[in-house]
Amino acid sequence: MTLRLEQVTLTHGDGDEQVHALDDVGLEVQPGELVAIVGPSGSGKSSLLAVSGALQTPNAGQVEVDGVDVIRASKAERARLRRERIGFVFQADNLVASLTVLEQVLLPRYLQGHRPGQDRDAAHRLLEEVGLAHRATHRPHQLSGGERQRVGIARALMNDPALLLVDEPTSALDHRRGLEIVGLLARETAAHRVATIMVTHDHSMLEHADRTLAMEDGHLTRAH
Amino acid sequence: MFLALRELRFAKGRFSLVGLVIALVATLMVLLSGLATGLVDDGIAGLRALPATHLAFDEDADVSFPSSIVERDTWESLAEAPGVEEAAPLGNTLFNARTDQDVPVDLALFGVEPDSFLAPEPQDGAPLGAEADGVVIAEAIADQGVEIGDRLSIEVVGLDLTVAGIAPTGTFGHVPVAYAPLDVWQQAAFGHSPDAADRASTIALRLDDGADVAGLDAGHGTETVTRSESFHASPGYTEETQTMQMIQAALYLISAVLVGAFFVVWTVQRRQEIGVLKALGATDRLLLREALGQSAILIAASAAAGLAVGSLLGSLVGDQVPFSLQLGPVLSSMGLLVLFGLVGAAFAIRRITAVDPLIALGGSR
Ligand SMILES: Nc1ncnc2c1ncn2[C@@H]1O[C@H](COP(=O)(O)OP(=O)(O)OP(=O)(O)O)[C@@H](O)[C@H]1O
Ligand SMILES: [Mg+2]
Repeated sequence: MTLRLEQVTLTHGDGDEQVHALDDVGLEVQPGELVAIVGPSGSGKSSLLAVSGALQTPNAGQVEVDGVDVIRASKAERARLRRERIGFVFQADNLVASLTVLEQVLLPRYLQGHRPGQDRDAAHRLLEEVGLAHRATHRPHQLSGGERQRVGIARALMNDPALLLVDEPTSALDHRRGLEIVGLLARETAAHRVATIMVTHDHSMLEHADRTLAMEDGHLTRAH
Repeated sequence: MFLALRELRFAKGRFSLVGLVIALVATLMVLLSGLATGLVDDGIAGLRALPATHLAFDEDADVSFPSSIVERDTWESLAEAPGVEEAAPLGNTLFNARTDQDVPVDLALFGVEPDSFLAPEPQDGAPLGAEADGVVIAEAIADQGVEIGDRLSIEVVGLDLTVAGIAPTGTFGHVPVAYAPLDVWQQAAFGHSPDAADRASTIALRLDDGADVAGLDAGHGTETVTRSESFHASPGYTEETQTMQMIQAALYLISAVLVGAFFVVWTVQRRQEIGVLKALGATDRLLLREALGQSAILIAASAAAGLAVGSLLGSLVGDQVPFSLQLGPVLSSMGLLVLFGLVGAAFAIRRITAVDPLIALGGSR
């Protein structure tokens, strides 16, 4: 099991103001599985990704990523876990403005201490997989929204992650582009045997998912 | 420095703008340094040219040329004291003189015994003592059209001097030095007072390495300082160096604040990106190293450009301005400029550590 959440609770604020972003959430995701999470705004979807991705420590519960107990891990160990075992595709502002497409994809390796350029071939292969090999020297401001998301996906796969966390990959795209991106995610999930969680509020994007879960008021349930 | 260099290239507009300002500060710094060195030289070159190692002032004079008066007994006794190779009286007073053609000439009149080790060797004309009222003048006075054989009159004391020789005697208190025989100087300084012949301003000394300076002072009622310490006794020296140092200090501060302010804005603008990098597992250490390296490149390159422009401008400065570029002071001021810039940058860059990787998940947070 790549990701295991048990009885995870995450609250913000205190007293009357208290918000349960996650309320007794349990979730397991296996390698090669694409889990979609739908739910209204403010229901806790991003919070689920934050906790699963070792970005935020929950108030209670267990979080295990690729065998690592995230709750017990130090700040440095969590950074290392993100660097080596987790891939992120964020909703927006995913990329580093000053880097070319190829450099974006090389970035995770650089953060791991590789010399820049050492992994050029692997980066090129990933860019081919997402259909952007011909844009390798372009910078983010020269790309369309969908192209940027595809660069983000290639980058997230560069460190051979066990867990891929994707937040609203289609929110900035039209329906057709959105489907393309989700199709790409499904293919990459299978090809790289990675456990993927994709958050979306667009119900028409669910056909590629192996499983769909619904988030509501911090509760995670099977989708109807 | 994967990120730092690419950012420098990507945002070259913004970086060159601050770079330009830092370079201007550096240019100013170079010019100021040249002016400081030149000005200081102009104040004390005449002292530096003295073949003495130390100068003995009257102990009550607070190491000041105008207030110091020493007596013949003292210099004669010092000349015999252990550790003293040479001791000779030195008179030192600023005067306004006029040439035959009624051209005003400022001069620092140095009175020395013509047969002492202080007597200048003229390049042109006769040495001191060849004529009773003969003086050896600095080239700078000759440059004003004064020739050998001309008369210089010091009206306030009613004294006429004859230009006997020309030598590289330098300047003192921004005024060219003219050497006169001691008795002529005594007349100029003290008029016909009865004990004028037994007085001078200070005593120039050539001391052995191990000489007991404190012992000499205790025995003679003098305060002896090294030649370079005596620079502080020359008119305006301390004020000038302090003013220059204050301007320089202000420029260092400006550099620190300027670089600091730029990197505060730059870091705040990149907050989202820093969050993304941290979410991808970038450590604070790596990000701080990148940012500090980036500021170092920016500041050093700008300072180098400013140094080049400043040196170029400095080489165009004419003779009228006391300007002297010297490698040591210029490089040390550039070094400090870079250092202060880095301190400013470091302060700004610190806030990288406060960025929460969680912000990568979205602007709503
Ligand atoms: N730092 C915070 N302080 C207080 N409340 C927070 C904080 N972060 C999130 N919340 C609250 O927690 C709840 C869950 O937020 P979350 O961002 O996970 O929702 P979401 O499902 O991703 O919403 P959206 O679809 O709009 O992105 C929301 O009610 C939100 O207001
Ligand atoms: Mg969200």
